Amino acid sequence: MQDLLYFSQQLINGLTIGSTYALIAIGYTMVYGIIGMINFAHGEIYMIGAYTALIAITGLAALGIAWLPLILIVALLCAMIVSSSMGWAVERVAYRPVRGRHRLIPLISAIGMSIFLQNYVHLAQGSRNIGFPALIDGGFNFGSGDGFQMSLSYMQITIFITTLICMTALSLFISRSRTGRACRAVSQDLGMANLLGIDTNRIISATFVIGAALAAVAGLLLGMYYGSVDPLFGFIAGLKAFTAAVLGGIGSIPGAMLGGLILGVAESMTSGYLSGEYKDVISFSLLILILLFKPTGLLGKPEVEKI
Amino acid sequence: MLEVQNLSMRFGGLLAVDEVSLDVQEHEIVSIIGPNGAGKTTVFNCMSGFYKPTGGKILFEGREVQGKPDYKISRLGMVRTFQHVRLFSQMTVVENLLVAQHRHLNTNLISGLIKTPSYRTKEQKSLDRAAYWLDRVGLLDLANREAGNLAYGQQRRLEIARCMVTEPKLLMLDEPAAGLNPAETKELNQLIISLKEDYNVSVVLIEHDMSLVMDISDRINVINQGRPLASGTPEEIRQNDDVIKAYLGEA
Amino acid sequence: MAANNFRHALFCSIITLIISYPIIGFNLEAQGINVTLTGADASTVVMVLLAAVIVFLFQLFRDQIMGTLRSLPHPLPQSSKEPMAENRRAKIESWVLTGIVVLALFWPFFVSRGAVDLATLVLIYIMLALGLNVVVGLAGLLDLGYVAFYAVGAYTFALLSQYLGISFWLALPIGALLAALFGLVLGFPVLRLRGDYLAIVTLGFGEIIRILLNNWTTLTGGPNGIGGIPDPTLFGMEFGRRVKEEGNTSFHETFGIAYSGEHKVIFLYLIALVLAVFTALVIRRFMRMPVGRAWEALREDEIAARSLGLSRTAVKLSAFTIGAFFAGFAGTVFASKQGFISPESFVFLESAIILAIVVLGGMGSQIGVVLAAIAVTILPELAREFSEYRMLIFGAAMVLMMVWRPQGLMPMRRIHIELKRQE
Repeated sequence: MQDLLYFSQQLINGLTIGSTYALIAIGYTMVYGIIGMINFAHGEIYMIGAYTALIAITGLAALGIAWLPLILIVALLCAMIVSSSMGWAVERVAYRPVRGRHRLIPLISAIGMSIFLQNYVHLAQGSRNIGFPALIDGGFNFGSGDGFQMSLSYMQITIFITTLICMTALSLFISRSRTGRACRAVSQDLGMANLLGIDTNRIISATFVIGAALAAVAGLLLGMYYGSVDPLFGFIAGLKAFTAAVLGGIGSIPGAMLGGLILGVAESMTSGYLSGEYKDVISFSLLILILLFKPTGLLGKPEVEKI
Repeated sequence: MLEVQNLSMRFGGLLAVDEVSLDVQEHEIVSIIGPNGAGKTTVFNCMSGFYKPTGGKILFEGREVQGKPDYKISRLGMVRTFQHVRLFSQMTVVENLLVAQHRHLNTNLISGLIKTPSYRTKEQKSLDRAAYWLDRVGLLDLANREAGNLAYGQQRRLEIARCMVTEPKLLMLDEPAAGLNPAETKELNQLIISLKEDYNVSVVLIEHDMSLVMDISDRINVINQGRPLASGTPEEIRQNDDVIKAYLGEA
Repeated sequence: MAANNFRHALFCSIITLIISYPIIGFNLEAQGINVTLTGADASTVVMVLLAAVIVFLFQLFRDQIMGTLRSLPHPLPQSSKEPMAENRRAKIESWVLTGIVVLALFWPFFVSRGAVDLATLVLIYIMLALGLNVVVGLAGLLDLGYVAFYAVGAYTFALLSQYLGISFWLALPIGALLAALFGLVLGFPVLRLRGDYLAIVTLGFGEIIRILLNNWTTLTGGPNGIGGIPDPTLFGMEFGRRVKEEGNTSFHETFGIAYSGEHKVIFLYLIALVLAVFTALVIRRFMRMPVGRAWEALREDEIAARSLGLSRTAVKLSAFTIGAFFAGFAGTVFASKQGFISPESFVFLESAIILAIVVLGGMGSQIGVVLAAIAVTILPELAREFSEYRMLIFGAAMVLMMVWRPQGLMPMRRIHIELKRQE
């Protein structure tokens, strides 16, 4: 019984982290699906979302507003607006001019952008980590008094529900809306979509904006969950989310969701049963193993090499 | 020297090549023709080891080579060109030819670092071979140009020269005349015949330019929709009803 | 058209405000467990607004501005001028380079200790960048975990001296070879991956090695690192005030001169100089050998290279291993210079700096890479007030280089080869 509770606790923790990884991974996978580049700066977009949310929350508190739903919604909106604008600007400045060149060139540009954004926030907000108020606390406890107690916090429930809403909205958007259909067309064949009169530049921008908005949601959620942010906050999370995207099959949106959840669980099981220090080693090893043995991931389509 | 037996290549549900057979004797030019999308380049890709065929055998000088990695096949003496020219475009013309002689050179790092006499002799030999072939295809004066800056016809010739410095036994040319003007095509025609006559190289040729094919081929294989349609001398092919139908009736 | 331009310009300037004002205009300050928000001072706000106005004006007159820029003569003419006769150019070049090396040999005796110390660091970066240049610039393999091999070199020396008392001179080849071995073993499985996947996998490897160094406390001391790494000796002469190891003599006593801490610094600098020159010469030689041409061929067109009989794995692995070898070299010198190492010195950012050096200098170009290494290391030291902007500028520079001049400031020159007409 104790073992089961302990296991369930790890599972819940893993799914919580995993669903936020999935939110960030969507940005990697959509961009990769459309223009075939790794948006290395995506982790920074997410970090900026977290910072903006924190700034909004602190600002509202200073204004004396204490109604929780309002705070959360305003913080979420601010984070999404700033991150999306950043995503748009990054594509415009650093990626569009190098689109279609040798594969390494956009990647190096993205690495430069990532370093730039990290230091941008570092210079503006300092390098120290800053406490993020736990706006949502409390939760359910399971298990008898003296043994291991399993807990499911309201924060975790919030994360699950928010992720679910975002994913549903995204799926609807992709399958129903005009822009969503255009997105799918462009990811099938960019040149052809262009010939058919789809404004591919606009669609690519839209992809960056959507990815950034979802990353901002993850930024707010993970900021509250971890309780602090710092400028390096995005780097590791970005790598993890990229791993999740690759695990699920890069280019595939359901794949990113699946990959995020699996990665989150794998990590929390590692820290629960082995050691917390090695959870990063596990996810990087996982990344390397997948890329080596099944580079198309779980749900990805194989790429045929052409001459 | 080359025998392809019942070669098949399937991509998922698509059977791109279905039971194609052909053979090339020494001192012979054999062409593969067929409408667009007939699977000619796929046959080439299987022969050169770029694809692993899903069925059939490829024998080169009596040895089975199907499914071997491409670089090993090329080391056996089967070298190809590409439908869209593939040069090392930021390297100079002569460097392109030196790269191709990689395996003829002493690749031991230490002997190269201290320039042992044997390394020097080999390096000089490969330079001479490069110079010879550049002269042969009329590019010697452009030896230190970047390959990417050459005119299209020159790039085509450089690609053939790059194959020839590896001293192949069998040369596979994928649409060498594509994009060339009539004068250049004529030169190419003479070059290919000379490769066979003067350097004793067998040639497999994929080509759309029928006059070139009919001029220089010893034998022709026609494939259509991945399946063999006919084979024979140019004269036989010219009079084959199936071929005429495939080219005129449906195309 | 004009209205369209205006709308676009307005949109861009609003975006500029959105992405800069919230982050720059408000400062989060942690006070105990509470976080407070303060508005930035007026000058910052004015700067943000100014930026938005500049973006607005630029976008509004974009066509005119770009037109003017394009009509300007190119600042760095490449092949417009008639090239000098090849052998003459080569001769001048080798004289100039020899002159610089000779100058570098005598220079430390006339400057301050701090300057020599900095110069040693520059030389270490030169070694690293030249090594990475083989991997990224020549072979076209984006290695984002290069710093791992640097760490292997440094830790090899640190551990060998701590546990076995092995000296610098023995550790130097061991460290480099071990780093090369690491490159070989790690490279073997990953090198068949496509370019961008390879980059991420090497990044993962680099992080794994750093995490292992951080957590394998019993061996590596974890985050506390390893100290007391000995200085190099000159034929058994130590540079300390007192001789630490039995059987050694001390440098100043042997030569009957007064003890000075500078001797050690200069000696280290000279070692680094010799090693950096050695690195440059060896790689220069490689570039003119079949292996160097094979690296470039594979970068240019992998399929064509394979069709000519080049083994992808062997060629890539040689580049990866040789790059790792020189990183190991640099690592050993670094450990000896610092006397103390910890995982902090081997973070991803370090890989990114080395990559930035290669990219700025011009991928494949040795002289470009050396100049960029000097600039990137020295400029932040010269302008200390700007040093906190260093990484910000690096990042921006990497983006700008990729957009405008991906071949780098000093693009690689092709080697001229004389051919004799054959009969």
